[in-house]
Amino acid sequence: MSVKIENLFHIYNPGSPFETKALDDINLEIKAGEFVGLIGHTGSGKSTLTQHLNGLLKPSKGKIYINGEDITSKDIKLRDIRKKVGLVFQYPEHQLFEETVYKDIAFGPINLGLSEDEIAARIREAMDLVKLPFEELKDRSPFELSGGQKRRVAIAGVLAMKPEVLILDEPTAGLDPRGRDEILEQIKSLHQKVQNTVILVSHSMEDIARLVDRIIVMHKGKIALTGTSREVFKEVETLESIGLGIPQITYLMKMLKENNIQLREDILTIEEAKEEIMKWLRGRKNA
Amino acid sequence: MLKDITIGQYYPTGSYIHQLDPRAKILATFAYIVGLFIVDNFFTYGLLALFVLACIHISKIPIKYMLKGLKPLRVIIIITFIINIFMTSGETLFSIGPLNVTIEGLYQGTFMALRLMFLVVGTSMLTLTTSPIILTDGIENLLKPFKKIGVPAHELAMMMTIALRFIPTLLEETDKIMKAQMARGADFESGNIINRAKSLVPLLVPLFISAFRRADELAMAMEARCYRGDTNRTRMKQMIMTGRDYKALSIMTLLMAMLVYIRVSF
Repeated sequence: MSVKIENLFHIYNPGSPFETKALDDINLEIKAGEFVGLIGHTGSGKSTLTQHLNGLLKPSKGKIYINGEDITSKDIKLRDIRKKVGLVFQYPEHQLFEETVYKDIAFGPINLGLSEDEIAARIREAMDLVKLPFEELKDRSPFELSGGQKRRVAIAGVLAMKPEVLILDEPTAGLDPRGRDEILEQIKSLHQKVQNTVILVSHSMEDIARLVDRIIVMHKGKIALTGTSREVFKEVETLESIGLGIPQITYLMKMLKENNIQLREDILTIEEAKEEIMKWLRGRKNA
Repeated sequence: MLKDITIGQYYPTGSYIHQLDPRAKILATFAYIVGLFIVDNFFTYGLLALFVLACIHISKIPIKYMLKGLKPLRVIIIITFIINIFMTSGETLFSIGPLNVTIEGLYQGTFMALRLMFLVVGTSMLTLTTSPIILTDGIENLLKPFKKIGVPAHELAMMMTIALRFIPTLLEETDKIMKAQMARGADFESGNIINRAKSLVPLLVPLFISAFRRADELAMAMEARCYRGDTNRTRMKQMIMTGRDYKALSIMTLLMAMLVYIRVSF
């Protein structure tokens, strides 16, 4: 399922002293099955952009096409769009409301009008995807769970709707490093399994760099940079000027190179760096 | 939907009226409300209208923005108008079935509708030009004399400050949860009353939970900073009435005197 955005503008509170231009002429294309990272500072417009993609916000100007269908036109059924585009909000555990985990995850599928058997199957599947033990947790109250488990119940609630485009807004905010790695890993493996289109919103380069096919950097409502992780990280100056950095390990490799140690500098993960440095050390020994 | 409500919103422009002492503004607003009920003919309404327009002009708040505050009340205003037209006895102008439209009713209806509109515009003047915190400080100060008879002035003001402080937070939270549930296919807008009431459950439960959580956290944070009510509390910003506050109050007194004089003598 592809996403195409043309000349998108969004202005909050037009005509009042609080008027702010949140999106400023956004043009963007995301191919079906692509895993995209959307990165930017607080207030850069990334959350506003994602809310446009399933019709929660209406653009002030511009068009959005999901699979070639214009979702900004008046006679579009928003329910159909929301079936295709799933959005996991920031701190999604704040939206939990049902008595049991099972019922909470069932909320979305019920709204889609699915049969009971289908719903039951989807809940089991969704809980499996986020590694929640179905039998153990299905009858528990979501409010008794730990923070990380609540987050996963909420994410499962969206996954159970089987969206073809999955958008996650800072899914790891406020989690400990282990919870963060687990959630990112689960998103990655889901993507590999079903080849859905995933848009991962974050402000952490470290999180995004090693997961996504392509990075989109937003700044002040505009798209500042776009390209693969390696391409984007070459623009260190631009990134720093808008207050974003590159992963620490990439910095280290750059510094090594500046000190005349001949290494590749487009390194994204510690594993890659380790290999590269080992290679270099071996090369020196042999020389 | 929620963004149309202008009552209780603060609109900073830094004008003369914005800089007045909150106590002066509260007293003036009270006088204005009393004045509204003294007024009983079109001439004095005109006088009041001039006064309100002058205030709006000085406050530098766009008149469109002020009038937007009337929008949510239009149904109430129209109903008031219609009821008054039909329910007042007097000389019949024309009849629709068993209902008589009277000249007195037309007058009465117009007056009541105008009164409501003036009430909303005038009182929103107070909240638009005064930030909520300063406003409650003013209320606390005005209530101080009543402490002797057991009115918990400080506690009331603190409660109001906190309540006001959390209105935007809760609105934001509502908006966020609503969107999150809509993303899961919830529908808040269609269906009959029962279905709509049911559809509010996924909104209200998380909202209440977060409100209680916030209240808990706030209480904890206040206690951690040794808050224990009014005793021996001092203020960083003392409220001082200055020349312009007395000037504003004088103008208000003059207006009131005129209204009373006209009411009594004509």
